[in-house]
Amino acid sequence: MGRALTIWEQARLQGHSRRDFLKFCAWLTAAAGMESSAIAQVVQALETKPRLPVVWFHFQECTCCSESFIRSSHPIVSDIILDKLSLDYTQTLQAAAGVQAEKALHDTMAKHFGEYLMLVEGSIPTAADGVYCTIAGRTALDIVKEAAAGAKAIVAWGSCASNGCIQAASPNPTGATPVHRIITDKPIIKVPGCPPIGEVMAGTIVHLLAFGTIPELDRVGRPKAFYSRRVHDTCYRRPNYDAGLFVESWDDENAKKGYCLYKMGCRGPTTYNACAVTKWNNGVSFPIQSGHGCIGCSEENFWDNGPFYQRLTNLPGFPIEATADRVGLAVGAATAVGLGAHAVLTFVRKRDVKGGHESAEPKPQE
Amino acid sequence: MATTTAFERAYIWERPVRLYHWVTVASLLVLAATGLVIGRPPAFLTAGDASASQWFGTVRFLHFAAGYVFLFAFVIRVYWMFAGNEYARWHNFYPLTPTRFRRWLGGVLQVIKVDVLQIQKKPVQVRGHNAMASAIYGMVFLVTVFQIVMGFALYAPMSDAWFPRLFAWVVPMMGGDANVRIWHHLATWFFIVFAAIHVYLSVFHDVVEAEGEISSMVSGSKYFHQDAGGRRGVK
Repeated sequence: MGRALTIWEQARLQGHSRRDFLKFCAWLTAAAGMESSAIAQVVQALETKPRLPVVWFHFQECTCCSESFIRSSHPIVSDIILDKLSLDYTQTLQAAAGVQAEKALHDTMAKHFGEYLMLVEGSIPTAADGVYCTIAGRTALDIVKEAAAGAKAIVAWGSCASNGCIQAASPNPTGATPVHRIITDKPIIKVPGCPPIGEVMAGTIVHLLAFGTIPELDRVGRPKAFYSRRVHDTCYRRPNYDAGLFVESWDDENAKKGYCLYKMGCRGPTTYNACAVTKWNNGVSFPIQSGHGCIGCSEENFWDNGPFYQRLTNLPGFPIEATADRVGLAVGAATAVGLGAHAVLTFVRKRDVKGGHESAEPKPQE
Repeated sequence: MATTTAFERAYIWERPVRLYHWVTVASLLVLAATGLVIGRPPAFLTAGDASASQWFGTVRFLHFAAGYVFLFAFVIRVYWMFAGNEYARWHNFYPLTPTRFRRWLGGVLQVIKVDVLQIQKKPVQVRGHNAMASAIYGMVFLVTVFQIVMGFALYAPMSDAWFPRLFAWVVPMMGGDANVRIWHHLATWFFIVFAAIHVYLSVFHDVVEAEGEISSMVSGSKYFHQDAGGRRGVK
C-alpha cells in the first residue's frame, strides 16, 4: 500500500461497475445539496482524491446520531462511508475493541496528522476535571483536545456536540459543553438535531469527502444547504397558519383536519432544519406530519425553552411557571392599582389645597 | 370668584416631535394589538379550508408594515434630537455631563416629592419635559431601538429585502429565535405599561397644572402662568 486508494479504486475492488459508480456520484451530489451540474466535479474528486481518514468519537450521548446516520436512505452511503471508505475509529460500530481500537485511533492520528476528519457525537463534560465521561482511562476533554490538534476539520454531530443538548440543560450537573466551546482553532461544522436527519448527516460528510472543503455555513456554523430555512417556512401545514386555522387541543376536530399546530407549542417557527423537506425514514414523514408539533430539537437550549406544548415559553428566573403574558398582565395590573392610588391621592390633595393655605394649584378658568 | 391670570403662550413641541408622537401612537396601537394576536391567536375561525382565508397572514402583514412605520417615525425623532429646539434635544434624555446629570438628579427628586408622593406643594417648574419624564423617555427610546432590532431580527428569515437581512446576526447572538421572541414579547408589555402611565400622567398634569399639557401635543404650545414665578425653569 504505497498510497491510499481513491474511492473509485476501492469501488472497483469491491466489484462495482463504472455505471454503479456514476450513479453513486449522482446520488452523492444530490445528497450534498448540490445541483446536477456539479456531478462531474464529484466524479473527478472521487476518482482522484485519496480516501479521507475519519475518526468518529462518542462522548456524552445516546448514539441516536449514529442510529440516524446508518438509516440514511441510500444504503450505499453507509456502506461506502462505514465499511470501505475511511472510518478508522468509532466505538459503537468498529469490530476492534479495547487496546486494538485505541491503537487504530492513535495510528490514524499519528500517520495522518493534520489530514483526518474528526466527527464528534456527544457533549464533553468539563465539571470535576471531566471525570463524567472517560474512555480507556482518559477524559473526553483530554481526548477531544488531543484529537483536534491533528484534525483537518471537525464535524459536531447532533445537538449534544453542537449545543450541549439535554446534558447541558439546566442545571447541567456535568458541565456538558459543546465542541466549539473547547476547540476554537479548527473549522467546526455543526449538524444539530436530536438526532440530525440521516440524509443531512450523509450530505454533509459527502461534501467533505468529495471536495475536501467545508460546505457553506450559516452564522452559527451549520451547513446552509440544510439549515437555512425554518421548519415553519417549508411546512406543508403552513397555509393553515396563514389562514388562521389552528389546532386548539390535541383531540379536537382541527387536529384531525391537520390544521397548524402553532398554538399547541409547535417550534417550527423558531427552528432551522430540513425536516419538512427531507423528512425522516426515507421521506416517510416528519413530526408535524404525524400530528405532533416540532420540539425544536436542533435549536440551542431547546430543553430549557419549554414546555414543549405551550407556545410562549416559560420565563427563566421566575419561581412559578410564568410566561411573558402573565408577567405583562401582572405588571399592567400593578400599574393600574398604582395609578388609581395616585389619582385618589391627587384628588384628596387638591381638595386640601383648595381649602387650605397656598394657591400653588392654579384654578381652572371659568 | 374668577381670578384673572395672565398666560404666556410658548411654543414647545415642534412639528417633527408631534408628528413622531402621533405616528408612534398609531403604529404602537397596531403593533401591540397585532403582536398580541400573533402571540396568541384567537380561535374564532375553526373550520373551513385554508384556501378560503388569509386573516392570520393579514394580521402579520399589518404587524410588519406597522413595524416599518414605527421605525421611520423613530428615525425622524432621532434626527430631531440633534436638529430640534432645546426641548427636543438628546441631552434632555441622556444628561451625560456631570453638570447636566446633577441638575437632572435634582429634578427627579423634586418630581418625586411634588408629583409622586405629593409631599411638597410648590409645582415643578419646567417648560419641556420634567426630569423624571426625560429619564423615562430616554428609556423608551432605548427600548424602541431594542424592539426594532428584535422585530426585524425575527422578520429577517421571512424576508428577502435587504433591510431586514441587516438584522440576521441578532438571532444567533441571542441564542435562537425562541429567545428573541420572548424579549420582543416582554418589550411589548413595556410599551403597554408605559402608555398607560404616560396617558394618566398627561391627564394628571393637565388637570393639576392647567398648562394645556394635552393640547400641547396637538398645537405644540403650552400656557404658563405669569404669576407663578415668571418664566419657569428656563435654562
